[in-house]
Amino acid sequence: METTQIKKHPWHMVEPSPWPFTGTVAGLLLATGGVWFMHDGAPWVLLAGLAVLLVTFFGWWRDVVREAERDHAHTPPVQHGLRMGMVLFIASEVMFFFAFFWAYFNASIPALSFAASPTWPPEGVVPLETWELPFLNTLILLTSGATVTYAHHAILAGERTRAFYGTLLTTILGFLFLGLQAFEYGHAAFSIEDGIYSSTFYLATGFHGFHVFVGACFLAVCALRIRSGHFTPNQHVGFEAAAWYWHFVDVVWLFLFTAVYWWGSYGFKG
Amino acid sequence: MYIVLSIVSALIGGGMSWIIRLELAEPGIQFIQDPQLYNVMVTAHGLIMVFFVVMPGLIGGFGNWFVPLMIGAPDMAFPRMNNISFWLLAAALCLLVTAGLTGTGPGTGWTFYPPLSNSTFHSGPAVDFGILSLHLAGASSILGAINFITTILNMRAPGMTMHRMPLFVWSMLVTAFLLLLAVPVLAGALTMLLTDRNFGTTFFAPEGGGDPVLWQHLFWFFGHPEVYIMIIPAFGIISQVVSTFSKKPVFGYLGMAYAMVAIGFIGFVVWAHHMYTVGLDVNTRAYFVLATMIIAVPTGIKIFSWLATMWGGSIEFKTPMLFATGFIALFVVGGVTGVVLANAGLDVQLQDTYYVIAHFHYVLSVAAVFALTTGFYYWIGKMSGRQYPETLGKIHFWLTFVGVNVLFFPQHFLGVAGMPRRIPDYPDAFAGWNMISSIGALITALGTLLFLFIVWRTMAAGKAAEPNPWGVGATTLEWSVPSPAPFHTHEELPRVSAQPAE
Repeated sequence: METTQIKKHPWHMVEPSPWPFTGTVAGLLLATGGVWFMHDGAPWVLLAGLAVLLVTFFGWWRDVVREAERDHAHTPPVQHGLRMGMVLFIASEVMFFFAFFWAYFNASIPALSFAASPTWPPEGVVPLETWELPFLNTLILLTSGATVTYAHHAILAGERTRAFYGTLLTTILGFLFLGLQAFEYGHAAFSIEDGIYSSTFYLATGFHGFHVFVGACFLAVCALRIRSGHFTPNQHVGFEAAAWYWHFVDVVWLFLFTAVYWWGSYGFKG
Repeated sequence: MYIVLSIVSALIGGGMSWIIRLELAEPGIQFIQDPQLYNVMVTAHGLIMVFFVVMPGLIGGFGNWFVPLMIGAPDMAFPRMNNISFWLLAAALCLLVTAGLTGTGPGTGWTFYPPLSNSTFHSGPAVDFGILSLHLAGASSILGAINFITTILNMRAPGMTMHRMPLFVWSMLVTAFLLLLAVPVLAGALTMLLTDRNFGTTFFAPEGGGDPVLWQHLFWFFGHPEVYIMIIPAFGIISQVVSTFSKKPVFGYLGMAYAMVAIGFIGFVVWAHHMYTVGLDVNTRAYFVLATMIIAVPTGIKIFSWLATMWGGSIEFKTPMLFATGFIALFVVGGVTGVVLANAGLDVQLQDTYYVIAHFHYVLSVAAVFALTTGFYYWIGKMSGRQYPETLGKIHFWLTFVGVNVLFFPQHFLGVAGMPRRIPDYPDAFAGWNMISSIGALITALGTLLFLFIVWRTMAAGKAAEPNPWGVGATTLEWSVPSPAPFHTHEELPRVSAQPAE
């Protein structure tokens, strides 16, 4: 760890910022508004919380980008820390999905629980056709994994146009996936209130869909930043974070596809 | 700020326990007419003590302050994220208080077991507030954990290798990993409970093919690491203090560090020992008995290493050392009853009795809080620039030490005799020991009042603290900077070349 001349250490000492506080206000509004809404109140507080949250995200990350681009505050050791933070965040996300997979297997494998359904899918549930829309979505996400890697290589080679189109294409594929997922929800033979199969199905795939949405937005921002010339072959932590997040979303889908769509409809007897 | 929040919460949570003890002082209903209110008290007491006293105090307070100091970094890796961790916790506390005041409140216990916590038995918004409060507190913990791990792995000063880090830093590293991996599982489970309550899913509802036991699995998969999240930072503080006041390096440094790693690791595979009575099959229970008992091995390593550190040392019983020694003694009591409870056969009898209450109050309410107090006396000079009054501190120790033992030790007898937890009334046969227990609560409360006086005395008229008030035993980096520690310490990174700093 080399030290710099002026500061005597390579670390980034941030300025005070309003965003942590506004973020908390957003959390408080979301929680209070959420409870109010769920108990038949108006949705305004919830929506206000969402608005404050979006402003916070925008402001906070705008500041971070500025510090990187304008102040050159992200020295190599700081970048190393940022990457580490992202990896750890993804690890915590993995554990979040772990809970939903646990619920799923707890309901579907009798060896794990006395309360598990003797057949899976449970009697009366008509699952989705694995090899139709879900499989198409699998192909779309896998392709998007390839395009994001293409964009990464383009950044490493310093080719901005190719990087931009690679990232843009990934974003579009992400939103295409979401559209098809919404279509699938609209045409499924079961709603969220139809017992344990639909509970696990909608929460697991729904949270995955939400993560696809977040990842696609993240990539869209990266595409804009590529166009503004932010990323260099040596410094593109933001893009790396988005790409890692995207791969994580991809892998979760593979597990969902295998366990929920494919294995989960295997025992279906017409 | 974390420490202030922790103390304020401690007063709220402690006040509730005082009400509980008053109610239980004699058989018959004393003054809480509605048992639901009693249950709300119990729930809020548990949640506040766990999430808003012990965790912010040990992790948020001492961790954020001393981890950067001890590894020779100017600050944490992500200071803004640290800031939002704190604010989120404050917001979570607001939500929890709101939960308690809404409708009839959440009377579910801190574990939120369905079906009691579902929309049939708690139809009001109180439980939803409680769930979302824990969501925010959880987000705060996860962000904090990411911050700690990154800081410790990435920002150590030149020469501060992993095996030279003070044990408190090791303890925070292990704790942060536990938080990172355990808390999201709770978040998932809470989300399921929320949708069960409000959106018609049936994760925990048998009528829709769900399984109430699933909640217990998910909750305790988080909940067991959670108890180590609360105690491992305490191990870290005690290691520093014992070494400082024995004027010797910690005995078996590497063993101590990896014992914490082992405890953290095994902590993830023992969760079902909280669930011996839900109908697990006998082989599963046999496994969990064995795995649970194995934890006693690394814990024993720690206890014996502390004793070996003192052995032959030049021991000076300043207030922090008194509390640290008290911690070791009381943690052994709690640990031994833990081994008793690990046995599935015996636990079937003791589950949900005061024996369990006594067990976890010895390890948490007594041991973890003793560690908090130890940390307060040990580091207050460094944090505020003022030293506490020594004699009053010693009186505080003896009052508390006697008080908590009178308070909690009789509860073992009550539990073995079969007194169940979470009820405001009990048969006359349990009267005697309950009265003694409540007297213990009185003594402890006096100790707490004295502590508040000491805090005020220290801030108002404490002697100015030197950079190192403890002498040659205090070898870690925080004692090399002025007291109070400057805003960004170590502007010039220190170089570490010695053997393990402790």
